[in-house]
Amino acid sequence: MNNLIRASVRCLRAGSTAGYPSMRLPAGPVSFTAARLLCAATDMQQTLGEMVKKDKVVVFIKGTPAQPMCGFSNAVVQILRMHGVDDYAAYNVLDDQDLRQGIKEFSNWPTIPQVYLNSEFVGGCDILLQMHQSGDLVEELNKMGIRSALVEAEKESK
Amino acid sequence: MVVTAEVLRDKLLKELEAVHVEIEDTSPNRCAASFKALIVSCQFEGKPLLQRHRLVNGCLAAELKEIHAFEQKTLTPEQWEKQKSQ
Repeated sequence: MNNLIRASVRCLRAGSTAGYPSMRLPAGPVSFTAARLLCAATDMQQTLGEMVKKDKVVVFIKGTPAQPMCGFSNAVVQILRMHGVDDYAAYNVLDDQDLRQGIKEFSNWPTIPQVYLNSEFVGGCDILLQMHQSGDLVEELNKMGIRSALVEAEKESK
Repeated sequence: MVVTAEVLRDKLLKELEAVHVEIEDTSPNRCAASFKALIVSCQFEGKPLLQRHRLVNGCLAAELKEIHAFEQKTLTPEQWEKQKSQ
């Protein structure tokens, strides 16, 4: 029961914190709207480099964590939620065509969603799902100093 | 270019020397061309998932531009045998 309540709290928090980048990124060198004005492709690549470094967990999805607009993006959001990862940066590629195209080039990856852990490209939905299933995700999060909620839940049930 | 399951299958068999390929056309469930692939190849041996997927993405680069969604599972022959016996 406790778990249920906590899960729903997490859900709410994810919805409110990981919104559009402008809410997460204060004014500064990586301000996304400012970078948009420059607009050149090379600037976009540089901006993306800063975006993936700024937060430990970064995802590029269609829609928002509160309202994913695609089943695969939703899967990524749900997996992170299951692990209790709610402090992450989510960028909505549907908001911006340059971002949508730019991240594909940046990662050399043809599809959305895309997941970055510790500035490193991890993969898309399939890879995150398989990492989740194999236990690798718990390990990767652990290396980054993030304790997966699944580990905590397992401990409690013992 | 019309991308069909056969086109993808043939390319993967040839270019990735896949020993087994299953392609499911999942387009009816979605709004545009979508496929789900199981690919078994020796070329995946010793490579982490990301590199395996990159191999597949590279092989199907032209086709992926026309495809809305592409799910993939990449196994070595050994992993494939193990999975079959489960």
